[in-house]
Amino acid sequence: METNTSVKKSRWIKDRVFFAGVCVFSGLTAIPLVLIIWEVLKKGYRQLNWSFFTEEAPNSLEAMLAVNAGDLIPGGVANGLVGSLLMVLMAVVIAVPVGILAGIRLSEHPESRFSGVVRSVAELLQGTPSIVIGLIIYGWVVKPLGSYSGFAGGIALAMLMLPLIIRSTEETLKMLPASLKEAGLALGASYSTVILRVLLPSAFGGLFTGILLAVSRVLGETAPLMLTALGASAIEWNIFEPMSALPLQIWEFYNDPNLAGLIWSTSLFLLLLILALNLLAKRIARKWKV
Amino acid sequence: MFRGLLYGACVLVLLLCAAMVYSLVSGSWQAFGQFGFFRFLFSAEWDPTVGKEEYGAWAFVTGTLYTSFLALVLCIPFSLPVALFTGEYFKKTRIAAVIGSIVDLLAGIPSIVYGLWGFYTLCPLMKSWGLSDQGFGVLTSSIVLAIMIIPYASSLSAEFISMVPNELKEGAYSLGATRLEVVRTVVFPVAGSGIFAGYVLALGRALGETMAVTMLIGNTIQIPRSLGDTGNTMASVIANQFGEASGLKLSSLIAIGLLLFIITAVINFLGKLIMKRQRGR
Repeated sequence: METNTSVKKSRWIKDRVFFAGVCVFSGLTAIPLVLIIWEVLKKGYRQLNWSFFTEEAPNSLEAMLAVNAGDLIPGGVANGLVGSLLMVLMAVVIAVPVGILAGIRLSEHPESRFSGVVRSVAELLQGTPSIVIGLIIYGWVVKPLGSYSGFAGGIALAMLMLPLIIRSTEETLKMLPASLKEAGLALGASYSTVILRVLLPSAFGGLFTGILLAVSRVLGETAPLMLTALGASAIEWNIFEPMSALPLQIWEFYNDPNLAGLIWSTSLFLLLLILALNLLAKRIARKWKV
Repeated sequence: MFRGLLYGACVLVLLLCAAMVYSLVSGSWQAFGQFGFFRFLFSAEWDPTVGKEEYGAWAFVTGTLYTSFLALVLCIPFSLPVALFTGEYFKKTRIAAVIGSIVDLLAGIPSIVYGLWGFYTLCPLMKSWGLSDQGFGVLTSSIVLAIMIIPYASSLSAEFISMVPNELKEGAYSLGATRLEVVRTVVFPVAGSGIFAGYVLALGRALGETMAVTMLIGNTIQIPRSLGDTGNTMASVIANQFGEASGLKLSSLIAIGLLLFIITAVINFLGKLIMKRQRGR
């Protein structure tokens, strides 16, 4: 009897210790997040002012003089902001229509062999490292056009977005009840009308969420842009010229010790932007639940 | 007409992927032609001196494998508890949702910001702990990579852990098992291959990570011999050396890109395969 209770006790203790371990280590996972956000906030908030959004990146000398005088570094990230906007916009314009159409096809014929192949290929594309996408777009766009350009950067981002859009479209449409489509067809509407006027509007929330999440994913991409858009020190509206982007600017600031003060405010802004997109996506997903 | 449009979009996706593979292969042709596939893969030479150029991928392949596998090992003690926390112990509760969104946020931080944090916070720490001479190296990169892949590993594992049928667990409880014993003898065996697939896919993520690793690994061309050693991964060498590359060197970098593409494709394929098997059961 004596040993029986002690065995019981040791099993109970092991169970409790394991449970405590699970809780502690799960909690520990939050530490890097807190540390990163804390560091970015602490070092970056001072520089987030009006000129940060409206002025171009300063040159090294101006920044050095300002730092030596104990001032804030003049200038901002307007060139990166404009570049990021343009390139993400291009990516959306290219990737969203193709991705949604392909996603519709996959959800309409989920079992066909052709859909299986397309799905696997989209997964392959999604798993491809972004730097490899950069290499490929370099060969496709930068080399033939003879210059790094925002256009190439936009296409690279579109390649990264495409599989995400296909996937979110398929998942969203799969959740719509079949009766919706059947009702439309029974009323005599054509196939295209049913899809464009019935299915897509009902799935709008899910599709929009998918697009927002895809945008927030590619907004922080640096590596493929280094190989395609290259970066620019002034605001560039011409998409066939080298163009900057927020993450590219972080990289440039990181490589220039005089501009290092701008790293953190740019990172802070980028993080806030991504966070805002994610929160917005979550809200829309909750509100428009299909 | 409309069906044709849908079909066309799918065909476009297939064509894009075929064109990707084609341009990687044709771009690396020069390097493979010059050195031969196996010599290129297994040679650790990287000498851009004009006239006696010699390029090989082995130093970078080993660098990639070391950092990624080490990251995978380092992430297990954190991602597995998170998966159990959200998928079993506190399944469908508020606190699980909170932990879940914290981990999701980790996935949202751009690679370059992880790199900055590693450079300004982790490197000095590594130096003062004597784990690495300059703070850079395999271990530093792996720690940051491990943090970056926790979300991928834990969310997939949690999904499979939460799918373990209740009847099985109840059966074990009715025999007097404690929760730990249920986890060990029911949850892990049933969800095992799904959890494994989650880690395989997380490995696929780690293999292709570029910016954070480029900023932390030290970028030296050598096969790393110890944890504190500097090195280069396939992705980081492309990012580093691309700017000044042309001719044979560019072709060699594209060849490294092709190798990286093949390795990640195989790893991702395996992960998906295991996952589909598990789901289909």
